[in-house]
Amino acid sequence: MTEPVISASDLSLTFQTGDGPVHALKDVSLDIAKGDFVSFIGPSGCGKTTFLRCMADLEHPTAGTITVNGVTPEAARKARAYGYVFQAAGLYPWRTIGGNIRLPLEIMGYDKADQSARVKRVLELVDLAGFEKKYPWQLSGGMQQRASIARALAFDADILLMDEPFGALDEIVRDHLNEQLLALWAKTEKTIAFVTHSIPEAVYLSTKIVVMSPRPGRITDVIDSPLPRERPLEIRDTPEFLEIAHRVREGLKAGHSYD
Amino acid sequence: MKRIVPVLVVVACIFALWYAGSFLMNRAWVMDQAARAGTEPGFSEVLRDTMNQDRAKLPAPHQVAAELYDGILDKKVTSKRSLVYHGFITFQATMAGFALGIVAGVALAVAIVLSRVADRTLMPWAIISQTIPVVALAPMIVVLTNAMGAGSLMVPKAIIAGYLSFFPVLVSMVAGLRSPDRMQLDLLRTYGASPRQVFWKLRMPASLPYFFASLKIAVAASLVGAIVGELPTGAIAGLGARMLIGSQFGNPMIMWSALFAAAILAAGLIWIVGGIEKLANRMMGGQRA
Repeated sequence: MTEPVISASDLSLTFQTGDGPVHALKDVSLDIAKGDFVSFIGPSGCGKTTFLRCMADLEHPTAGTITVNGVTPEAARKARAYGYVFQAAGLYPWRTIGGNIRLPLEIMGYDKADQSARVKRVLELVDLAGFEKKYPWQLSGGMQQRASIARALAFDADILLMDEPFGALDEIVRDHLNEQLLALWAKTEKTIAFVTHSIPEAVYLSTKIVVMSPRPGRITDVIDSPLPRERPLEIRDTPEFLEIAHRVREGLKAGHSYD
Repeated sequence: MKRIVPVLVVVACIFALWYAGSFLMNRAWVMDQAARAGTEPGFSEVLRDTMNQDRAKLPAPHQVAAELYDGILDKKVTSKRSLVYHGFITFQATMAGFALGIVAGVALAVAIVLSRVADRTLMPWAIISQTIPVVALAPMIVVLTNAMGAGSLMVPKAIIAGYLSFFPVLVSMVAGLRSPDRMQLDLLRTYGASPRQVFWKLRMPASLPYFFASLKIAVAASLVGAIVGELPTGAIAGLGARMLIGSQFGNPMIMWSALFAAAILAAGLIWIVGGIEKLANRMMGGQRA
């Protein structure tokens, strides 16, 4: 067994608010191995996004430890260890799609020729070749989100952190993007942490499903998916798939019985 | 065409009201004259005489138009009675003040956004500065700049114009530089961007639409500042000086034509700034309604 890529043990994060402390995360422990596709699922307030933000050094845990690639999240962030995809595409309206993907490369100081080569490569990876010169408003919501994934892939981080990236898209587009994301994952061999509130999405995509519940935010179940890595959309009608989905649903229910 | 019609209707209404006003306000003088001459004028004679007085209380539109035509097109542009000559002087002060206002507004906004201390200390003063009547400040600025050896009225006028025009730029730029949301800032943080990169790659470009929107207000404020700077300062050239002369010599025609020349200048400036705004918008990806 190799070193886990992301390792959290007894992680807690408490926000101090006017109404007293809010336990966003309480004693969360989890290991993510290299090449895993891990989904975090749970109702809002269960800390799944907070956990992801802790990995990205966007939030700072108040207790416990977390390492990313064996170092602190801050060191990992500065080493550009991960690409982060937000709920909204967040493309700059004043930059073309190519210009948006070039943004991290400019900041990280890649030379011009390398920038162009990388932009071209990641656009092909997300099936947006030929859209480099277009502006964000000229693309559909799904295409914009693909461009934002391309932006996160451009600088070769081994880890992809995705915070409900398809949450704002309709079901049909979402299915299509899920399929593409799996293909992308197979091709790039990244480690992906993926926050969602859709059970089918979590089961379809993941090798590992982490079920969380709120107040305090904690992990109630970790399911290692027996599904093969190769997954056509039809797999969602198989008994294995439905069985995992059922277990996720039970896990979510168990979490709720605490209120 | 559909957009022109309502505009024309409004213009027609204004003209109708104006003519009616001219008739009512100038009638007293006509009646006076008639009483002295012992005649009893009919309505059509009164109407005719109210429309063509040299020193009408309210000159009729066609009189102002004729005076404007005379002042702009018939006089040599170097003539002291040419509105082009006076307009250009005001225009120069406006542009100098506009440039000053942009520089000051942007610089202050950048300081306020980047530094908490500046935010606490500068913003209240910027707001207070706009509550002081500029007419009261203008003579002081003239005296001070003269004492410092400015030599002409151009410097104090530009300062007064800049004083009025920096504020809209400042307010818009502060809003613009702060417009990037949490998510966009987090994104740059995940890239390990330096504060300098956050400023130049995100805050600055995000603020540009705000900046261009503020320019229209700023240029109009700058023109007002330049004209106000000419009123209480003993200026002899410029549209403001023209208005003052008209009032001192009891010649409303001069006042009215200078007023309209200023309005035409303002419309031109705003039109140009609007064009620049459109151009900038197109260069920044366009299509943001």
